[in-house]
Amino acid sequence: MEFSQQQHYSPQTPAQASVSRVMLNVILALIPGIAVYIHYFGWGVLVNIVLASLFALLAEGLILAIRRRPVVTTLMDGSALLTGILLALALPSYTAWWVTAVGIIFAIIIAKQLYGGLGLNPFNPAMTGYVVLLISFPLEMTRWNPPLELAEQSMNLLEAFRYSFTGSLPQRMDIDMISLATPLDLVRGRLDMGFNLSQIRSEYSIFSNLSGKGTELINIAFLAGGLWLLYRRLIDWRIPAALLSSMLLISAVFWLINPEFYLSPVFHLFAGATMLGAFFIATDPVTASTTPVGRLIFGAGCGLLIYIIRSWGGYPDGVAFAVLLMNLSAPLIDHFSQPRITGYRERKS
Amino acid sequence: MSKLYRFPGGVKLPGHKAISTSQPIRKAPIPDRLFVPLRQHIGSAAECIVEKGQRVLKGQMIGRVSDYVAAPVHAPSSGTVIDIQKFPAAHASSLPSDVIIIEPDGKDEWMQSEPIADITELDKSELRNMIRFAGIVGLGGAAFPTFIKLNPAGHQISKLILNGAECEPYISCDDMLMRERPHEVIDGAKIMRHALNAEQVIIAIEDNKPEAIAALNTLADEYDWLDVQGIPVIYPTGGERQLIKVLTGKDVPSQGLPLDLGMVVSNVATAAAIHHAIDHQQPLISRIVTVTGSGVRSPQNFEALIGTPMSDLIELAGGYTDDADRLVVGGPMMGITLKTDATPVVKASNCLLVQTPADHAGEAIIRPCIRCGECVKVCPVKLLPQQLYWYSQAKYHDDLQSHNLFDCIECGCCTVVCPSHIPLVQYFRFGKSEIWKKQQETLKADRARERSEAKTLRLERIKAEKKAQHAARAKKTAAGAGRKKEIEAAVARTKAKKAGDTGSAENATDNA
Ligand code: SF4
Ligand code: SF4
Repeated sequence: MEFSQQQHYSPQTPAQASVSRVMLNVILALIPGIAVYIHYFGWGVLVNIVLASLFALLAEGLILAIRRRPVVTTLMDGSALLTGILLALALPSYTAWWVTAVGIIFAIIIAKQLYGGLGLNPFNPAMTGYVVLLISFPLEMTRWNPPLELAEQSMNLLEAFRYSFTGSLPQRMDIDMISLATPLDLVRGRLDMGFNLSQIRSEYSIFSNLSGKGTELINIAFLAGGLWLLYRRLIDWRIPAALLSSMLLISAVFWLINPEFYLSPVFHLFAGATMLGAFFIATDPVTASTTPVGRLIFGAGCGLLIYIIRSWGGYPDGVAFAVLLMNLSAPLIDHFSQPRITGYRERKS
Repeated sequence: MSKLYRFPGGVKLPGHKAISTSQPIRKAPIPDRLFVPLRQHIGSAAECIVEKGQRVLKGQMIGRVSDYVAAPVHAPSSGTVIDIQKFPAAHASSLPSDVIIIEPDGKDEWMQSEPIADITELDKSELRNMIRFAGIVGLGGAAFPTFIKLNPAGHQISKLILNGAECEPYISCDDMLMRERPHEVIDGAKIMRHALNAEQVIIAIEDNKPEAIAALNTLADEYDWLDVQGIPVIYPTGGERQLIKVLTGKDVPSQGLPLDLGMVVSNVATAAAIHHAIDHQQPLISRIVTVTGSGVRSPQNFEALIGTPMSDLIELAGGYTDDADRLVVGGPMMGITLKTDATPVVKASNCLLVQTPADHAGEAIIRPCIRCGECVKVCPVKLLPQQLYWYSQAKYHDDLQSHNLFDCIECGCCTVVCPSHIPLVQYFRFGKSEIWKKQQETLKADRARERSEAKTLRLERIKAEKKAQHAARAKKTAAGAGRKKEIEAAVARTKAKKAGDTGSAENATDNA
């Protein structure tokens, strides 16, 4: 019998994994966190996710068409969708649609496709988009709404959509109701004014046992999703493990020095975007370090930087900047952390 | 049970072994035609020593060696040589070689030979020669002439490791051999141990072959130098270096050989072949071949004569299923796809795997590398496949070499785990061959340059010599007067001496 005259090469096995499947699983793992997020911070979160995903797919599809790349098969890799969702999760719950759109344009078109598309972008697209927004629209990006249990009023899904597109609030609400600071932001602001942590904590009802109301549960839900990804071996344990341990370590040191001025390690671990960052953002393989040792360094670096930026920087959270800074260092880390090849006593230079 | 170690990386693969082990090894009948390629091994092709129309006996040498790294070939059955043809060999070296076509006469008449009384009496180099002339090569797939491996070359051999790991999915020929003919393996081991003066022999078998382990164990008790060792199932534990790591915890140095550690690794089927060659004077003319995969109706193992067309074996295994679409020689991880089954079984053909579309990736979409590092995790040599991939694409040959491309064992682990379905190994094979080609060219260029430089030098030397001669002559004339006196004096001395001693007179003339 004659077979195909085309040359096939081993290994001849069915595909074990695929990029689409990995991305899809990562998105699935985000769902618990997203659900809790929506539960505590309202429908605006969902509006952000829907709009950002849509914009991301449109932007990616457009660029692919211009670059004459296969649009549908490439969109199927799921990376644009994931970028959209991650960016949405970084935005304040009530964000104008055009802010989201600008973020996506930067994330997908500039940070990803202009560098050559998936796999070639040096910086995490979602975080690039977020940082651009943070720098361009500081006011809009730091206007947070309180967790629902503390809110006097909240919007339903329709109202949330309308707000995003028209900027008009339901009559029973005013802008101050959705212009609060996050717990991390609040703490830093009050510390700067000379209060100590016990005072700040008693002054505001936004805090909870671990960190902030709602925030702690969101972090726990993202942690659960992350652990599931680890269990499925879809992400490498090194980055989240190193990130969380380095953060734990440095925050513990300062906290032991002065617990009235430095937030506790537990607070840091369960506040802001820690868990989202550790399991879903810093683990973006394209922009992280690739060698096993390099990933430990990369994760540890992210953890340290997040802490430093949170404690002494000028922004509400440090995850985005920390990840981008480490993205910048990844090639260097890779270069100096190549594994020693079997059969070589010492590394050849 | 001795302590076992782990080699880095590796992947767990579904075994698919049971589909071909439910039936005993079946002897394939003598085919209508035998196609015996002259190159079935690593090294130079054998040289044909028969003619068209000549009758040959079973076991008769029909291709002899003309080089050190080479193996002879023998007639697998008695019959007539009907043709000697060029044939595109689909194997190991993938270089085409001539094929001797024999029409068997059905008598299967053996060549007469002298039995050997006692191998321990034999000189070791003589023993190696016998193994050499029996055409024995590694039967695990590499087909390297075995006698070379059995030369300890001054090393003290502590361990001879017989590789029965058979870690590639689907293949079960070694398993069946060990189950059904464990004594052949052990008798071969005795001979090899003797040739190498090895202290210990370990037969290493993956734990998924309990029957084989049990069969060997019942015989192994007799010998205190023999251990049968079960090892964990993980691909590619049957790789020479990986196996040594698992059994001893040692790393074979890069560019080195197991011999450097005082070890030799050989396949269990090779041991059995050595047993046949030495104890029964039967050269390597048949082997056990697994015919398997979801593309054949009745997967099983055959003992087939070398030169049997693959299509015959497929027929014997019930033929192709309707959706069979790919024929692989070897296992799915490292095997080679064939374009036709009109190809003979050769010494290296351990397995014919017939696949259906569900068994292979088909035309999987190849996406860009997402730097996920999965390939790094599974590489048993601890290379950085994704890095090598960049360099291969960019054809950065120097970077490829400095990132140790040549340490890649082409196991395919990186490729099977790559979520972007990048055919990484293919890039690496190609990269290696490109670099080889380039080196060959530089070598050729160097030789040419050397030749031309030598020529220039020679010409210059001749010129210089001529010049020197001229100068000397000129000097001679110039110094003619003074020299005349000297000569006269010498002549006078000579004359004086001649009276007494002719010998020294000659010397004197020479000195003048
Ligand atoms: S497994 Fe594939 S996608 Fe992942 S780093 Fe390696 S080559 Fe790139
Ligand atoms: S094929 Fe080469 S690079 Fe890939 S895993 Fe095997 S040894 Fe490593």
